[in-house]
Amino acid sequence: MDYKNYIKKLNNEFSAVNQAPVFKNKHEKYVSGYRVPSGCAVFGIINEDGQLFDGRMVIDGIAMMHDRSNGLGGGFAAYGIYPQYKNEYAFHVFYDDSIARKEAEIFLHKAFKILYADEIPTQKVKSISSPPIIARYFLRPKNISIELEGFESKNDLNDEIINRAEEEFVASFVSNFNADPGGSYIISSGKNMGIFKGVGYPEDIGEFYKLDDYSAYIWTSHGRFPTNSTGWWGGAHPFGFLNWSVVHNGEISSYGTNKRFVSGFGYKCSFSTDTEVLAYLFDLLVRKHGISLYLINYILAAPFWDDIEILPEDIKEFLKALRIIYGRALVNGPFSIVVGNNNFMYALNDRIKLRPLVAAKKGPLTFVSSEESAIRKVCTNPDAIWNPKGGEPVMVFIKGKEPAVKSGIKIKKENFIESVSSLNSSFAGALE
Amino acid sequence: MGIKQNNKLVDKNFNSTDMSIMPKIKFLEKKCIINADNVDYKTLNYAIRSILKEIDNSQNSDFPSKINKIELDNVLGQRYIGDGIQTRISISIKGTPGNDLAAFMDGPEIEIFGNVQDGTGNTMNSGKIIVHGSAGDILGYSMRGGEIYVKENVGYRSGIHMKSYLEKFPVIVVGGKAGHFLGEYMAGGIIIILGLCNSINPIKSFYLFDDDEVVGNYVGTGMHGGKIFVRGEISNHKLGKEIVKSEINEEDEIIIQKYLDNYYKYFGISNKEDIRLKDFTKLSPFSRRPYGKLYAY
Repeated sequence: MDYKNYIKKLNNEFSAVNQAPVFKNKHEKYVSGYRVPSGCAVFGIINEDGQLFDGRMVIDGIAMMHDRSNGLGGGFAAYGIYPQYKNEYAFHVFYDDSIARKEAEIFLHKAFKILYADEIPTQKVKSISSPPIIARYFLRPKNISIELEGFESKNDLNDEIINRAEEEFVASFVSNFNADPGGSYIISSGKNMGIFKGVGYPEDIGEFYKLDDYSAYIWTSHGRFPTNSTGWWGGAHPFGFLNWSVVHNGEISSYGTNKRFVSGFGYKCSFSTDTEVLAYLFDLLVRKHGISLYLINYILAAPFWDDIEILPEDIKEFLKALRIIYGRALVNGPFSIVVGNNNFMYALNDRIKLRPLVAAKKGPLTFVSSEESAIRKVCTNPDAIWNPKGGEPVMVFIKGKEPAVKSGIKIKKENFIESVSSLNSSFAGALE
Repeated sequence: MGIKQNNKLVDKNFNSTDMSIMPKIKFLEKKCIINADNVDYKTLNYAIRSILKEIDNSQNSDFPSKINKIELDNVLGQRYIGDGIQTRISISIKGTPGNDLAAFMDGPEIEIFGNVQDGTGNTMNSGKIIVHGSAGDILGYSMRGGEIYVKENVGYRSGIHMKSYLEKFPVIVVGGKAGHFLGEYMAGGIIIILGLCNSINPIKSFYLFDDDEVVGNYVGTGMHGGKIFVRGEISNHKLGKEIVKSEINEEDEIIIQKYLDNYYKYFGISNKEDIRLKDFTKLSPFSRRPYGKLYAY
């Protein structure tokens, strides 16, 4: 039998597949072949030793899940990329045109001292068309006024209080700036971190921003398959707010409730996509209300009342209280999210795991991904690979940056109670 | 899976899943080896299908008819492998295949040396899947027939909406543990959970709802047919409202023993004494029509 002829024939057929005309739609703006109904893809890597590595690994990982997205959005968040300006706020801003840029820069100049500004270096990629003007600023807030009530003199103000005041100022600036319909959007506003996103497949966006040139200790990424909102540059993931970045696969059915809840605290939702509300929820709960990260999953993906009912009395009462106080912060609907911040990466599923999430560990590296194959692409032989439960977070801290509540804790119940007491004290502070 | 339709609509913009990489195919006397390294799923499935087509038509052509096995090497994330195939053939996969492996499969035996992802055996009609590792979510979704053996753990919603009719009788055997919603809306067939291995999670999240039980919550919610056999005890709060827990009878013992022996055989396990048949708990539905009276006023 002559197999060679058969293989030759098969290879000819493959070539015919490849010479087939490329599908383009009439606008040529959002070129994609045909669409496989699918979901978004999320991928994240953290090196808990804080060692930096370039963007190649995260691009390879997210590219593995190419077919989960459809070319209408992709993006990356990177932590540790601007060590030379690590104490300044790094703003990445999208401008529709140069007029919008001029107007916006007046505001920026008024509020901030600009230490350095440039356009983010990009390169031409065939599939990425009509990008906005993408500018970058390293900023220090001017004229922070701190109410001296309760302080004897200015000497009583320590760095932490000043930092918090600055954060509050930047938060309200970014919120108001993005709510203004001027054709300019701050997409990233943290320190020593940056968000790179746009309309295209994530691996193409990675090439577009030349992510090989950046080194970070946390990378998160997203391939988008927009369902309820349009695919536009600002609407791609990750969503950033201060140091937070959120990538999300799924949809937030409780968006209306969550949006009204955070708007009561001054957050304005202006990207017409549900995911941004998650960034504000994290900022509100962790930064403003000081809730331990170990408790966030009991608010966002709160356990069912039936599940709470079988717990020991003290924990039961506490979880009930948490659900009642933060009922409107409960994120309903199917989701898997990966949240980045300077000190940690946090991944979470909805409580009944309606979206996929896989995690793996190899030495100091921890991976989270929508599909196992993406992890195996960049890490062929992980030490452990597992499927987190719905509502069970995967949180990895940079060594030495763990929240204080964890220290000296042996048993999980004790840890929980300590978290509770720290929360109670922060509430007590708020109530007084 | 209309391959001809797809030919016209190929997106060449992306760089990593490059359609132009051809799988390297090697024919031996009785088997065919395909190297799937970096091959796009459409190209790979095209290759498998055209080889199977030749085998099916081998009486009429000079194609070697002795081939009864396809070996896929370096598989990583390729979706839809073995979907809808009706040829009696055995396929062995080395690597991690992508979602919807063996969906609508009707006949072949697929052996995977690695883990499988979500949707394995989706609406499978007949055949066999042997996984030397763990499976992701919705294993055996709407399965209508055939057998699935998983050496280690399975994710959420395994065996959701399994059904059986006459000679069509689906079976899932899991060596490890199962996630929540096992056998949700199950209408027929058998699921056996052995609980022999643990999922290893090296990151402490202090999650309050961790437990050591073999199955997750909401077992058999909406179940109205079939049986689930679980080795070990199950807390009552884990059970769906529609099912009842009971001890196994002699008939059940014969069934369990049969599939247990298969499990030992496929995964080469020799120490069989660990498992005693009387340790199994049977879960079955209260009623074949739990919602029959819901809308009858």
